Amino acid sequence: MSGFEPKIVVFACNWCSYAGIDLAGTSRIEYPPNVSVVRVMCSSRVTPEMVLKALQRGADGVLITGCHPGDCHYITGNYNTLRRYYLLKRILNELGLGERVHLEWISASEGERFAKVAHEFVERIRKLGPLRIEEV
Amino acid sequence: MVDEVRIGVYICHCGKNIGGVISPKRVAEHVSRFPNVVVASDYLYMCSSPGQALIEEDIRKHNLNRVIVAACSPRMHEPTFQAAVARGGLNPYLLEMVNIREHATWVHEHEPEEAERKVIGLIRAAVERARHLYPLEVAKFPVVKSVLVIGGGIAGIRASLDLAKAGFKVYLVERKQSIGGRMAQLDKTFPTLDCSQCILTPMMVDVANHPNIELIAYSEVEEIDGRPGDFKVKIKMKPRYVDWDKCTGCGTCVEKCPWRVPSEFDEGLGYRKAIYFEFPQAIPRRPVIDPEHCLYLTKGICRVCERFCPVGAIMFEDKPRYVEVNVGAIIVATGYDLYDMTKLHEYGYGRYRNVITGMQLERLSSAGGPTGGRITTIEYERGRFKPGKTPKTVALILCAGSRDERHVRYCCRIGCMAALKHAYYIAHALPDSKIIICYTDIRAFGKGFEEFYQRIRSLPNVYFIRGRPMEIIENKDGSLTFDVYDSNINRMIRVTADLVVLETALVPPKGFEELRQKLKISCDPGGFGLELHPKLKPVETTVDGIYLAGFIQGPKDIPDTVAHAGAAAAAAASFLAKGYVESTPYLATVDEDICSGCALCVSVCPYDAISIVVKDGKRVAQVDSVKCKGCGACAGTCPSGAMQQHYFTDRQIMAEVAALAEGVVA
Ligand SMILES: Cc1cc2nc3c(=O)[nH]c(=O)nc-3n(C[C@H](O)[C@H](O)[C@H](O)COP(=O)(O)OP(=O)(O)OC[C@H]3O[C@@H](n4cnc5c(N)ncnc54)[C@H](O)[C@@H]3O)c2cc1C
Repeated sequence: MSGFEPKIVVFACNWCSYAGIDLAGTSRIEYPPNVSVVRVMCSSRVTPEMVLKALQRGADGVLITGCHPGDCHYITGNYNTLRRYYLLKRILNELGLGERVHLEWISASEGERFAKVAHEFVERIRKLGPLRIEEV
Repeated sequence: MVDEVRIGVYICHCGKNIGGVISPKRVAEHVSRFPNVVVASDYLYMCSSPGQALIEEDIRKHNLNRVIVAACSPRMHEPTFQAAVARGGLNPYLLEMVNIREHATWVHEHEPEEAERKVIGLIRAAVERARHLYPLEVAKFPVVKSVLVIGGGIAGIRASLDLAKAGFKVYLVERKQSIGGRMAQLDKTFPTLDCSQCILTPMMVDVANHPNIELIAYSEVEEIDGRPGDFKVKIKMKPRYVDWDKCTGCGTCVEKCPWRVPSEFDEGLGYRKAIYFEFPQAIPRRPVIDPEHCLYLTKGICRVCERFCPVGAIMFEDKPRYVEVNVGAIIVATGYDLYDMTKLHEYGYGRYRNVITGMQLERLSSAGGPTGGRITTIEYERGRFKPGKTPKTVALILCAGSRDERHVRYCCRIGCMAALKHAYYIAHALPDSKIIICYTDIRAFGKGFEEFYQRIRSLPNVYFIRGRPMEIIENKDGSLTFDVYDSNINRMIRVTADLVVLETALVPPKGFEELRQKLKISCDPGGFGLELHPKLKPVETTVDGIYLAGFIQGPKDIPDTVAHAGAAAAAAASFLAKGYVESTPYLATVDEDICSGCALCVSVCPYDAISIVVKDGKRVAQVDSVKCKGCGACAGTCPSGAMQQHYFTDRQIMAEVAALAEGVVA
């Protein structure tokens, strides 16, 4: 393996996704250690600046996770996340960074799925190679 | 913050859960060099009382003003350590937890070096974040000392009675005409073979008579608003077409109604009228008219019930009515449904008249059922069920739809024991018959279950085949033939039976998905309600004040259902008895100097907690801290950063994100 180990920041809402990620742990389902989780109460708390900050400061990819539509602990928070995500994605696409940011709904019972998503995302970023912000 | 930031970092071994993968000692050494870290220690079990005492002492000894505990998930022990920090004399929100167990050692066990690196990175991010923490306060709200119980099966009945006896007002909402649930349909109950109705109906009567219980039958929850401790629930009472206040429950209308409809209670084998009670012992004893079958409501003719009603209680113009109840806690006890057997095409349910479900057999065996308790084959005359002949051979097929990738993955936890009980029904009623049980494994795990299994196993006319039947073929005379491979004796066996009983998979009830979303509680992969912790919080949910009772949390027999419902009632009672709930401290807050009054936050707030007010001639956002529930959507939307969320401010999150992105700089 070449030496590249992507660094990935994950945003997870407290109620569904963070609980689902915990469940992956409780069930001992392994995934690459490249991902580190930032807890927020709701995915709608995540601002575009936070995502950009991560990329700017050295992350190679950002994964935003939240409750499935209809399941948000705060009724409609994840719909805000979705709208904001598409807007951000358009800007990132312009910058050629669109592939590096991804939104995924993870419920509290989807530990196994989180591990799968983490695997896939790490592989995707590994293929893209390290992000060198100065090149953008 | 003017004061110097002084951080104490505590790394838990959690026995071998963390300490077996990484070296907490090495990590402590490493992180002790981070800026502002005054002390860094490791301990075998931080959550133990000496572990907590260590934090308390250090706060005083080292004059700490921030504490970081790197251990399990904050969802597990955050309250534990917040309390320890508070005992040490600090505001509990100056604590920060780092999840190095669920998010590191448990998932990177085979990459210990990488795991340790990640742990150090996570702690570094926490140190960066902790610098920006500040004290927070929680507000207390009074709780409304009443409870809503949704679902009137044995779980809902038990929970309602427990709470009512403890002095709480209970609103029990049942969507059918009567409470009783599935247990009312059963003939006898394993493993002791008590008559189901005999033990259930006295409890139903207690519900009806208890002054603290308000039974709202034939109704469903429409909307849920408010907060834990103070929920506002809108309940839809379906049109009954009978004035229940006037009605005396004499039953003349039911007797006189000329129209027969297949009975849901008898699983389509028996008939009820278009005006009906769910079953003869129904509680409340007040009938409803089924608008889809009533001759007057569908065709404008008949009105016989109206003519015969001695008190003039029939009201054909009835409309849905809505009531609102205010409760502090909610118990969800909505039970289960049978998995749709027509999806198992190979067994021919719905096409072959003599393939029935276990629940249908309960009705055939029940003295109050469509055959008066005679177990017969199934015949139809002009589309209507009529008892057939006495079956000579009956085959019971277990795991019909359960433990099957194509249908339901989990075990129903009922089928094995129900099948043994069904074998008993048949063997007892028809001693000359032959009973064949096709099973996958016999799981007889409960109290008295193994003994019951041995008892049935020793009956001379009950045969056990370990295997799942292949396709069932119907013969001309209505009997059924199938092949099954018996893995115990390594042989293919051909079975011909007069009646085949499917012990069906059991699934969450219809409409639960919508109800669950209204309640904002999570579900497991099978669609059942998700408990807060699989071992320690089996009745709690992610929403304070909302509890699960009985089968809706996952498959359970009656003894387990009753125990679970008792636990749910106790949990609700202690929540209410405390008298107050604490609000989240993670509220939204506005910096009025920066706010431009653009109102973007107003549009994303799900709780209408933000309004725009004019202060000193300037438009600014204002947060209603009673309505705010702390999601942070407003802060996520605010273009200027004027709107912030306590404990999740931009500065706090940005500091954490930047540190994680930078990774561990050696
Ligand atoms: C064939 C068969 C045989 C069985 N035999 C036995 C036995 O011998 N011994 C034993 O211990 N167990 C037996 N069981 C299991 C037993 O039926 C359950 O353990 C028990 O019924 C669970 O009780 P519950 O109150 O949780 O659910 P349920 O009995 O399903 O009651 C749920 C109630 O909630 C109502 N409801 C549903 N949704 C809503 C809604 N949205 N709003 C309002 N109300 C709603 C329903 O109408 C129902 O009244 C058997 C099960 C089957 C399938």
